[in-house]
Parts: sequence; C-alpha cells; structure tokens
Amino acid sequence: MSSKNFDVEYVAELARIKLTPDEIKTFESQLGLVLKHVAKLNEIDVSQVEPMAHSFPTYNVFREDETRECLDREAALSNAPHQAQGLFIVTKVVE
Amino acid sequence: MIEALGRRIDEVDPLIHGYLSHDLERAISEAGRVDVSLPLGGVPISIKDVISVKGHPCGCASKILQGYVAPYDATVIAKLRAAGAIPFGRVNMDEFAMGSSTENSAFGPTGNPWDITRTPGGSSGGSAAVVAADEGFAALGSDTGGSIRQPAALCGRVGLKPTYGRVSRYGLVAFASSLDQIGPITKDVRDAAILMNIIAGPDNFDSTSLDDQIPDFTIALEKGVKGLKLGLPKEYFIEGLDPEVENAVRTAVANLESLGAEVVEISLPHTEFALSTYYIIAPAEASANLARFDGVRYGFRAKNTNGLLDHYGKTREEGFGPEVKRRIILGTYVLSSGYYDAYYLRAQKVRSLIRQDFATAFERVDAIVCPTSPTPAFKLGERTSDPLSMYLADIFTLAANIAGICGISVPCGFVEREGKQLPVGLQILGKELNESTVLRVAHAYEQNTDWHKERPSI
Repeated sequence: MSSKNFDVEYVAELARIKLTPDEIKTFESQLGLVLKHVAKLNEIDVSQVEPMAHSFPTYNVFREDETRECLDREAALSNAPHQAQGLFIVTKVVE
Repeated sequence: MIEALGRRIDEVDPLIHGYLSHDLERAISEAGRVDVSLPLGGVPISIKDVISVKGHPCGCASKILQGYVAPYDATVIAKLRAAGAIPFGRVNMDEFAMGSSTENSAFGPTGNPWDITRTPGGSSGGSAAVVAADEGFAALGSDTGGSIRQPAALCGRVGLKPTYGRVSRYGLVAFASSLDQIGPITKDVRDAAILMNIIAGPDNFDSTSLDDQIPDFTIALEKGVKGLKLGLPKEYFIEGLDPEVENAVRTAVANLESLGAEVVEISLPHTEFALSTYYIIAPAEASANLARFDGVRYGFRAKNTNGLLDHYGKTREEGFGPEVKRRIILGTYVLSSGYYDAYYLRAQKVRSLIRQDFATAFERVDAIVCPTSPTPAFKLGERTSDPLSMYLADIFTLAANIAGICGISVPCGFVEREGKQLPVGLQILGKELNESTVLRVAHAYEQNTDWHKERPSI
C-alpha cells in the first residue's frame, strides 16, 4: 500500500472533476498525509478475515409487483437545470 | 408556539447561523391544520438540509444542489407528519455531511451557542446549535461517523445514532450508504426516546431497514442502571484526549457506578484502526453516491462547457466544495483498478474485526461508556487547512458506524476555555437494536445530574 503512484490529476479525471493546478498541489499533499495514515491497516494480518460490506447480513428484499404512485413527469423534471417538451436537455454527445 | 420560535430565531440566529432557511408562514399554516391531539401535534422539528421534505429546499449545504426542491417526503418526515409534527426549516451542516465542524457548508459556518467563535461540531452542527440556542425544540440529524453525537456533545445536548437499519434512510441524501443513519438531537433523553418511537421502524422503501419490532423506547427510561454492567474501553482513554474531558467522563462513570451500575474495564483492540478503516470505506461509498451529481437531472450545471466531459468536469468543479472533492478523489482512488484490494478490500476486512471487538465486548457488558469527542468545541478555522486533524474529531464515534451499533451522547459537564463554559459529552454505546439500553443509561445519568438544564447565555 504505497501512495507514490497517487496521481491526483488522473484520479480527478476518473471522478469527472476538473481541478486547478493549485487544488491539485494542495490535494496531493493533504491526501498524501491521509493515505500515509491509512497505511496503518497494513499492520494487521487479515488473511483469515472475511470482508464485511454491511453491518448485518443483508438479503434480497422482495415485494409484490404492484403498480403504485410515483413522481409524475412534471415533478421529476421540476429540478432539471435545462428541460423542454417534457424532456431533460443534455449536452450534445454525438456529432 | 411557532411564532415564539420565529421571534427567538430573529433574535439569535444572526449570531448562530443555524438555519439556512425557514418558512414561518408555512409552518404556522400547517400547524393550523394539524390534529393537536397527536403525540407531536403542532410541534416544529428542525430538519437537517440532507433530509427531503416535500416542497422544501434540500441542498445538503452544497452549491451543486442550490435551488433544488424535494419532490417527495423522506420516510422519517412522513412519520413525523403522521405524528402531528411540523418539519421546520433547513438547518446548516457540512456539505453532504462531510465534516466535523459545519465549516464545510457552502453557506458559511454555524457558531457554537456556548461560544460563537467556536464550532458547534458537525456535520449536524446546525441541528445541535439550534436546539442548544433554544431556537429549535428538537432536530433531526444524520450520523455517518459521529455527525449526530459529536455536535450534540459540543453543544451540550442529547444526540442518538440508532442501529444501522433501525430508521429508514429513504429520502436521506446518501453519503456513505452502509454507515448513514438518521437520528434525533434533543434537549433531553426523554425527547430522544419520543422521537425514536416515531421515526424508527421497517420501511418498504429502504431494503436495508430492519424488520424488527419497535419497542416503546420511553418504557425503559425509568428502569435505572442497577444491575447493568458497563464497559470502560481502555483504548478510548489515550493520548490526545483532553485531560479535563477525561476527568468529566470518569466522574460521570463514577456517578453511574454510585447509581448501581457495575463498571468493568474492557478492551476493543482494533480501535486504533477505526479511523483508517472509516476514511477508506466512507469516501469510497461517497465517490459512488455523488456520481449522480452530473448537472443533468437536478441541481447546478456549469455554463459554457465544451462537450460532455467538460460539462461533467466543470459542473462538479464549480458545484462541490473542497472537502467533498477531496473525499470523492480519495474514494475514487481506493476503488480504482490496482488499489481496490490494498485499500477497500482490506478496510472491509478490518471492518469485520472492529465489529467482532464490539460483539465480544457485548457478551460481557450491557453498554459501553466513553467520551464522545476527545476535546471540547474547537475554534472556527483552527483545523480547516489540515483535514487529518479534522478527521480526528470523530475518533471516538466512528467505530459505532463501522460496526452498525447504536450510541448516544449526553451532557456530562463543562470545561472552561477563555472564560467560556464549553459542554462535554458522555457517549454510551449499545449492542445492535439495543437503543432502549443506551437510553436507559443516559436517562438514569441525566436525571441524577443537572448538566442538561444548563443553557448558554446567548
């Protein structure tokens, strides 16, 4: 577990966040310290331990497949930054 | 009642900045239509800005959700309404509940009513501050790593984090889905029990909500602590714990002993790994949850962008604050190809060990008693440039979220700083689904002390 390959610019690109050069520098040093701290987990032998994703065993939960009330189109669109004719307006993805 | 509340808000909130917004007229009109014979008939409950209330803003104190109005009620809100309560206002918080001081709010920090130059804690700092300053009767907060208990401690009020799954998360904007829980911040333990009676219970809209029967949480309150065995975890009395805070907590434990509880020293050997585990798991889940903020379906969208990737990148750059960006980047990194096993998988394994620590402890004791926060309220601005020092504020609370157990913070004294009295919290942790026991211990202690009656001079 080493943070030497921690490339903030690349990870920010994966996370779809543009950063300024200043932010990249600050985050690199701040998160470098955090990663150094979490490296503490290397001290424990976990080879015999099962990972835990949830506090309690979780199972699929089923319900009857019945229609019920849901948001109407107007409510679903009410917070859209751009909408027209009952549709979300998205940024152009194909030329 | 609501008019009086409005006057109090006008009087103190310019100093505290606990509310991001509130609509007095609307609350009064809703109160006029409510059946006052209901358990909370007409009582306004202040709501953290992360819980959806139909027709109210729900911005998570973030610029990226500025202007967002919730189109539906969270389950806890539907339950509050059914009990006659009026969901009131939007209280301040750290952006997306990420923080321990409310300073990460995009709309400015909240002040601690005991000393407004200090933080109320966080992330539910607004919830705790408005209840402490008597500009809120009770509040709902959310707790992912201590965000209810720590601000309750720093503001001298009661804060309960229920067992994971006890309260539905439907309508709570997700931060870290395997850790988040909604819970009450109140003036005393009885109020917390009453609110739990209303908000707890299984919910078809949250498949992680637990099916278990909900007891009447007020019944256990009067049972006292005689015959209960309390564990004092030696790993919680460490370097970094303020000596005066330690003294207040140890005095409180002695008090519980004098009331008939048996106190034994216990060990939670993996405590020192909780912080590292948390700061892998929580950001990992957050990075996935916050991917939904893309500037298409709701919220803020950057202007003048060039193509889709630029649209995403700029929207999220301009919309999120620094701490949220930091955590998304950290979370994305620990989940990324080549690092998943070293970080995320390993953290999930240590999570098993931390849960096992508590399971072993609860074979011996009925509840665990320890400090809620290692220090009293710190100064605004003191830790903002050093994220790691801020993360340490939750060192005693986050293990409960990792293990999924319940916990409460109850006032247990004061320490003096620069001539101001600052509250200290006693944390009582209980086994999963054992809220009744932590409420019982908290109530016995509270009824034998006067700390909860103290009010800030504001």
